[in-house]
Amino acid sequence: MSKLTIAEVSKAFSTTRAVDSFSLEVADGELVCLLGPSGSGKSTLLRMIGGFETPTSGEIRIDGEDVTRLPPERRPTGMVFQSHALWTHMNVFNNIAFGLKLRRLPAVEIRQKVEKVLDLVGLAGYGKRHVTQLSGGQQQRVALARSLVLEPKILLLDEPFASLDQHLRERLREEVRDIQQRLGITTLFVTHGQDEALALADRIVVMRDGKTEQADRPEMVYREPATPFVAGFIGSMNLVSGQVADGVFTHSAFRLQVSASPGSALLAVRPEALDIAPANAGQGMAAIHRVTDFGINAVVDLSLPDGTRLKANVPDARAWQVGQPVDLVPRAFALYRDDKILLRS
Amino acid sequence: MSKALPLRRRTDWVGILFAVALTVVILVPMLVVITWSFANVWRFPSVLPQQFGLKFWQMTLARSDVWSAFGLSLTLSAVVTAISAAICLPAAYAFARMEFPGRNVLFFSFLAGQAFPKFGLLVAIAAIFLQLNLIATFWGVVLIQLVGTLLFMIWIPVAAFQAVDRRMEEAARDAGAGPLRVFWSITLPQASPTIFSAILLSFVGTFYETEGAWLIGAPQIRTMPVLMISFINNQPVIQYGAVLSVLLWIPSLIALVFTRRVVNSGSFARGFGG
Ligand SMILES: Nc1ncnc2c1ncn2[C@@H]1O[C@H](COP(=O)(O)OP(=O)(O)OP(=O)(O)O)[C@@H](O)[C@H]1O
Ligand SMILES: [Mg+2]
Repeated sequence: MSKLTIAEVSKAFSTTRAVDSFSLEVADGELVCLLGPSGSGKSTLLRMIGGFETPTSGEIRIDGEDVTRLPPERRPTGMVFQSHALWTHMNVFNNIAFGLKLRRLPAVEIRQKVEKVLDLVGLAGYGKRHVTQLSGGQQQRVALARSLVLEPKILLLDEPFASLDQHLRERLREEVRDIQQRLGITTLFVTHGQDEALALADRIVVMRDGKTEQADRPEMVYREPATPFVAGFIGSMNLVSGQVADGVFTHSAFRLQVSASPGSALLAVRPEALDIAPANAGQGMAAIHRVTDFGINAVVDLSLPDGTRLKANVPDARAWQVGQPVDLVPRAFALYRDDKILLRS
Repeated sequence: MSKALPLRRRTDWVGILFAVALTVVILVPMLVVITWSFANVWRFPSVLPQQFGLKFWQMTLARSDVWSAFGLSLTLSAVVTAISAAICLPAAYAFARMEFPGRNVLFFSFLAGQAFPKFGLLVAIAAIFLQLNLIATFWGVVLIQLVGTLLFMIWIPVAAFQAVDRRMEEAARDAGAGPLRVFWSITLPQASPTIFSAILLSFVGTFYETEGAWLIGAPQIRTMPVLMISFINNQPVIQYGAVLSVLLWIPSLIALVFTRRVVNSGSFARGFGG
């Protein structure tokens, strides 16, 4: 039963404020993905939880116990680094057994635990191997095993698969998800791959400039992004800034009925929610710039008269020609004003 | 089909020249010295000694002062190297991993100490040692030779420690090791091939160190090189010097054998993460 509480934590380096008054509660057994662009403070936050950086202010609690000032060796956390950080002068067994030996467990028990965890990560029988003789994926598995064997209350993973190829990355993240659920271990997973976050997480925290932009279930982050930043960061999104007047949003020739108060606004429409129809008369709202056929569906690139580009998914590429004038009909959209949601439909 | 022209192997003149130069400069004198040590009689115009034999070996090895000097030199080198390692390795780690005021100045002061002629420094130290009653004592010589090892026992290990991946150390902290344990179990083994070479240099360098040993140690403390100098000065018989020279090379040979072992065992490659 392990709960992680991060309360108003900040970290200032000499030149930057890497983490800015960040708060988060991670429930027991929950897997939270920290997602954000490079430099948004994900690693810094994780390193503060692991004890490798000291917060400038704020508090970190594990099961209610304040660990903010404890050194890493006295925290019940386990960290998996991007660069696996295995000890190259030891074999696989000794890498995993290191922490157990420090805890002065009897040799028999150590052997049993190491074998069990090697089995868990799919490397049974690899104990005598030298870590430099393993593939990148196997090395990351050993790194994971090395953390898991100590039964940490909180598992921290900092882009553990970033250096692996796409295929291996997908397989390993499935395995991590399986293991995490089987052990019911509270986990914080840093990534800047949105598909990774969407596939893995119970909850996604989107970070920007050291702050939370949105913390929500994956489908909510995708379907109902709280800010234009999240809208643009996750998945593919058309963002159009325009003016609302008399219940109509206008940008160039694009017009849309909205029930919003007058003023400037930002419209967000996913390509899969943007329908197009042949223009009834004359120019239409946009012209088809390009049609890309993916077989099961197609993507149409549209061009507004002022040059703004939009994307729309269509079921059949053959129904559309380049240059054809079309009207735009969003089935679902969101309207933002001053970085806040104004209207969703 | 076109017929491939036979590739003419170009002679590596530079390599050959280098090898020849190396042979002339190092091997020839060594061979001459070894020959001298086994020459009972070798007079001028002859290219080879008139009479080979172990006469001078027997005479040299029969002298108790040679044996005591040899033993003393080995002990001195071992003690100096051990103390140097105990002082310098933690210091090197601090230089490599910590920020503290005066760090850079202190670091370069080791280089500065080596950049000036040593003899003046030695004389000054000798004057101080005289006050402290350290002249002509074992520990006096240990102290003076310790100074000579500082440079490479700090600089080389600093580079070695800096090359160790910090994430490895952090991972060890994460697994529950305190800072000292991390140094002992992770950092030191990771840096060990390089550090081993620094220790070797320190040992051999101390064994051959003459100026300090002579100035501080004389007349009671007579190391091998000091003894050799007095031999040559007192008895202009070349064979004595030759036998002593060959004896002096023993630590170098042992060092070389050790180095080969370390290199061959592959721990070099492991240490460097290869
Ligand atoms: N030790 C440090 N000293 C000074 N600035 C730092 C330090 N570590 C991180 N920063 C700064 O803090 C900010 C956040 O860095 P951090 O590594 O946490 O980002 P990140 O979200 O993990 O990025 P990435 O996705 O590239 O890994 C950056 O602007 C970075 O330059
Ligand atoms: Mg990072």
